[in-house]
Amino acid sequence: MTTVGDRKPAGFEDNDQHPVGHGRMLRKEDPRFVRGRGNYVDDVQLPGMLHLAILRAPVAHARLVSIDTTAAEAHPKVKAVVTGATLETLNLAWMPTLSNDVQAVLVTDKVRFQGQEVAFVVAEDRYAARDALELIDVEYDVLDPVIDVRRALEDAAPVIRDDLEGKTDNHCFDWETGDAAATEAVFAKADVVVSQDIVYPRVHPAPMETCGAVADFDPVEGRLTLWSTTQAPHAHRTLYAIVAGLPEHKIRVISPDIGGGFGNKVPIYPGYVCAVVGSIVTGKPVKWMEDRSENLVSTGFARDYVMRGEIAATRDGRILGIRTHVLADHGAFNGTAAPVKYPAGFFGVFTGSYDLEAAYCHMTAVYTNKAPGGVAYACSFRITEAVYLVERIVDCLAAELAMDPVELRLKNFIKPEQFPYTTKTGWVYDSGNYEPTMRKAMDLAGYEDLRREQAEKRARGELMGIGVSFFTEAVGAGPRKHMDILGLGMADGCELRVHPTGKAVVRLSVQSQGQGHETTFAQIVGEELGIPPADVDVVHGDTDNTPFGLGTYGSRSTPVSGGAAALVARKVRDKARIVASGMLEVSADDLVWDKGSFHVAGDPSTAVTIQDIAMRAHGAGDLPEGYEGALEAQITYNPPNLTYPHGAYICVVDVDPGTAQVKVRRFVAVDDCGTRINPMIIEGQIHGGLTDGVGMALMEIVAFDEDGNCLGGSLMDYLLPTAMEVPDWETGFTVTPSPHHPIGAKGVGESATVGSPPAIVNAVVDALAPFGVRHADMPLTPSRVWDAMRGQARPPI
Amino acid sequence: MQVSMTVNGEEVTREIEGRLLLVHFLRDVLGLTGTHWGCDTSNCGTCVVWLDGRPVKSCTVLAAMAGGHEVRTVEGLAQNGELDPVQRGFMECHGLQCGFCTPGMMMTARALLNENPDPSPDEIREAISGQICRCTGYATIVRSVRWAAAYEADQRADADQPAEPAATTGGAP
Amino acid sequence: MQVPAPFEYERATSVDHAIGLLERLGGSARLVAGGHSLLPMMKLRLANFEYLIDINDLRDELGYLDVRTDEIRIGALTRHRELLESDELAAAFPIFRDAEKVIADPVVRNWGTLGGSLCQADPSEDLSAVCTTLDGRCVIRGQSGERVVPMTEFHRGPYETAVGDDEILIEIRFPVRPRGGSAFEKVERRAGDWAVVSAGAAVWLLDDGRIADARVGLAAVGPNTTALPEISAALTGREPSEELYDEAGRLAAQGCRPESDMRGSEEYKRHLAGELTKRALRRSVERARERG
Repeated sequence: MTTVGDRKPAGFEDNDQHPVGHGRMLRKEDPRFVRGRGNYVDDVQLPGMLHLAILRAPVAHARLVSIDTTAAEAHPKVKAVVTGATLETLNLAWMPTLSNDVQAVLVTDKVRFQGQEVAFVVAEDRYAARDALELIDVEYDVLDPVIDVRRALEDAAPVIRDDLEGKTDNHCFDWETGDAAATEAVFAKADVVVSQDIVYPRVHPAPMETCGAVADFDPVEGRLTLWSTTQAPHAHRTLYAIVAGLPEHKIRVISPDIGGGFGNKVPIYPGYVCAVVGSIVTGKPVKWMEDRSENLVSTGFARDYVMRGEIAATRDGRILGIRTHVLADHGAFNGTAAPVKYPAGFFGVFTGSYDLEAAYCHMTAVYTNKAPGGVAYACSFRITEAVYLVERIVDCLAAELAMDPVELRLKNFIKPEQFPYTTKTGWVYDSGNYEPTMRKAMDLAGYEDLRREQAEKRARGELMGIGVSFFTEAVGAGPRKHMDILGLGMADGCELRVHPTGKAVVRLSVQSQGQGHETTFAQIVGEELGIPPADVDVVHGDTDNTPFGLGTYGSRSTPVSGGAAALVARKVRDKARIVASGMLEVSADDLVWDKGSFHVAGDPSTAVTIQDIAMRAHGAGDLPEGYEGALEAQITYNPPNLTYPHGAYICVVDVDPGTAQVKVRRFVAVDDCGTRINPMIIEGQIHGGLTDGVGMALMEIVAFDEDGNCLGGSLMDYLLPTAMEVPDWETGFTVTPSPHHPIGAKGVGESATVGSPPAIVNAVVDALAPFGVRHADMPLTPSRVWDAMRGQARPPI
Repeated sequence: MQVSMTVNGEEVTREIEGRLLLVHFLRDVLGLTGTHWGCDTSNCGTCVVWLDGRPVKSCTVLAAMAGGHEVRTVEGLAQNGELDPVQRGFMECHGLQCGFCTPGMMMTARALLNENPDPSPDEIREAISGQICRCTGYATIVRSVRWAAAYEADQRADADQPAEPAATTGGAP
Repeated sequence: MQVPAPFEYERATSVDHAIGLLERLGGSARLVAGGHSLLPMMKLRLANFEYLIDINDLRDELGYLDVRTDEIRIGALTRHRELLESDELAAAFPIFRDAEKVIADPVVRNWGTLGGSLCQADPSEDLSAVCTTLDGRCVIRGQSGERVVPMTEFHRGPYETAVGDDEILIEIRFPVRPRGGSAFEKVERRAGDWAVVSAGAAVWLLDDGRIADARVGLAAVGPNTTALPEISAALTGREPSEELYDEAGRLAAQGCRPESDMRGSEEYKRHLAGELTKRALRRSVERARERG
């Protein structure tokens, strides 16, 4: 009997199973996942565990008149029914959002969006909990909702946030960046000014695993253990301590395996708080898992920006300035998860990859009767919107100038010698070398041939489009002096312990939702210590067992925590040098590091390995003066700047002239994320983001009818791309290391989600150029493309 | 009511409610949490298991309907402790990230290879078109299934060599 | 995850047993086969029944494809996958394979059934359009015996059929005529989605190449699958040509009653009804000619 041995079929890329450090390596987490042995929140089963279900508002705006829970309480399997009134007595009816607003945990006064939490039931099983919701009788006094974001500030608009003292309108905030006067001046002198209204519709991250939690409150110890679908366990723990008044050291937040996050699992949702209250009230562990509709209608959406972009240029294609006005729909509560000083996230990078003379943005954010959120879906804190705006408006300019869109971009790129480059909105791009990345994408795509093919097809009446985008992202929040969330600085801790036999454990403050941290971080440490990544165990997602840090989102794990992991390993290496100097009886300065061992300069035969050193450091023998023993270290890494990955994307589409269906035929993505730790994982991150882009560009939208009913409340209505809509991705890379990151790496997790939508939309608009189309808003469903072909392109909202 | 069925080769009998969904029977009653669920409308396919050798969406099948039938889940994919080539392919080709859709994807992939040992990339895409993955962008899933197909083709070629002992890849009943 | 309200589960052992149960339980009971339309509705609590009667054991009685020279009879419990894979069916009516390739997804097709699709009576359901196009006859059995209802009378409105509370759809029959060709065209926003619009066409040619008869069935452009007799009238006796397809497309666009929704505007759906009718007819004629 032949066993399934190590041999692999021919024609597949070989993975290095024993790298020391960076390189293509299989993931350490996969053996459990392929056996069905992951441990997700809904897999957690505790003795005596009860199940929680939430009653949600059927309407978007209504005054709560009364709730009758008698019948539900009489259900034989129901253990508790809790309403907003109950929570008020506990002072838990409202909770802070991540943007210094407040959000109702359960409605006490007024329903503010369809799907808002009204009451919850705790019962013996999930079926009974769901049944009991039907037995709660709620009377609503329905109010006119504010749905159209453009009308939210009208005098006649009903005031949504009458809970805020003195609030008489639906204004959320105003924000501006750049220099209005300087921008006006360059627009005044420009040969050409192009203006375009652009909508980035409301979309939803929709991870395959919905949000949920298991809360286990031990009344004797006063200790809360919370398994939760969170991308930021430490930040959540601190907030629970503040909201619920529980001592922080008595709270343990565990974020086990997470079935995708994409920003959806950054905020604290009312459901988590309900689970905690449910456990406190019943004295039993309580599980809450959203169903898909709850996830889509109530948890963090993304985008919803109504933008006007303006671009000024000389006749020969020198871009002078960009100006934008944005109307932002924040829903009923400002639940944006972004650093406090950045209410619009990092939208300020809308100046793109171009060397401008001036730029300016003015934004107005409003409340509407829709679910809260805004920053999610791999958006790198609103960079998705910014990149879409600039890459769309640059294409509009190219059309106006009758210039090739690639030529226009090449002409205006920030030059390599200009880095670090301070943009006109104050961002300091750390490094970049744009032209080679663009050229590489053109080579991979065969750009000139594609343009020839397009010309031939156009002559035959066929609709083929070629779309280009070039993005620069700002990821890795961030420097503590600029960035905090609710006052918590965005630095990351890291601890590394090398055991006596030379095996190591590294404890991270960030948490994986599929990014492969258990592999990547083992590789970072392996590279620095010269030991195999297989010998490095990665611990994450458990506040009791990891150092403090703000979690995984905004592509920050590698830029921040990755820096921490490299530096903590170097700190251990420095300690190892001291131990080695004792072992070799030479001064530490006379030792040479050779990836995994120290030897006396000039004599490699004297080498002692990290494993030797680790045993010595824990052994009974003598250690150098002042060295107490063990081989471990801990640090907190406060990054000096963000990292700025970039990329060039080229998309080829075909549009059926009869049905207006769009087929993405090819997609070429060349990314530059600096130093590459595991190319296989990087490629996976890119592929996933490109697929998000196809979804957003072609099919995804959370729409509402005029009564505020959500029209995207199930996966029948909120469409996500399948294997049939996406091409076989063609990827390439260039490497421009970050000058300030300890290993030169930049974040990459969201690059493709950010960069791909404009490439696809630019391609569709290019395909429709024979009809005189210059812009069409997402999602480019067949019906909407057909409208555009007939000169009737409409905004989706 | 009482229901009996074969799950991963073992006969199980349990007292259940008539409305219990097969996915909950597997996860909550039998503790086989490798099968996940991701929607309520049979659109996402994270709950795919085999019913009598064919992939079905277990969120849309009653446990009672599976009574008297054979169910196989991701936990039953490896045979005698040896990974199925599909499982290996997913690891080799980075066919998974968060791992949530993976069990369903692999069950469909295994069923496809049982019927069509040499599927084209387009045939693989078609086979998994009722299953959503938010992480991988599908290309690596296609490669993973191709890896398993190529691996099994190699094994069959070896089996045809008289000098070699008989090959087995496991997993395909 | 959403779960259905409580109900009693019964497993039918024969068609007669199922009918007996239905007679006893009346409107509080519902048959379940694949369940892929019914169970999601029950999970969303848009539909509630006290009893579900599982007919999946009735494969011997209801799961068959009986291909005869003059008629094809398909049991209601035949699964989508079987309709897709049957070479005999594809030879007689290629429209089935066209449609089944784009109905839901392969995993759903493993379990969903022909009878379930028809009885759900969703106006966007593709297989209903196929059966309408092929002039299917629905055999409905009750305690008092069988009756045959043409597809055009089977759907009584959205989610309403001619099948009574104590009856069961057991079979669909399709007349087979010489020199026929058929095809199905669908526009969907994404694989597996319900149709924005779909169109089935079937054409039978005379020996001289003129059209003996032609039928078109549309889905998602009215309260029920839409048969368009005016197209049949306009095409009969005519020589197939692009102009003729254009004319049929115009009639389809005029004759349907779509509504604007997230899948598309009313105007676009009318356009598609015309465009897809043209494409389906063109392909049907090509296929009829190939068969000689």
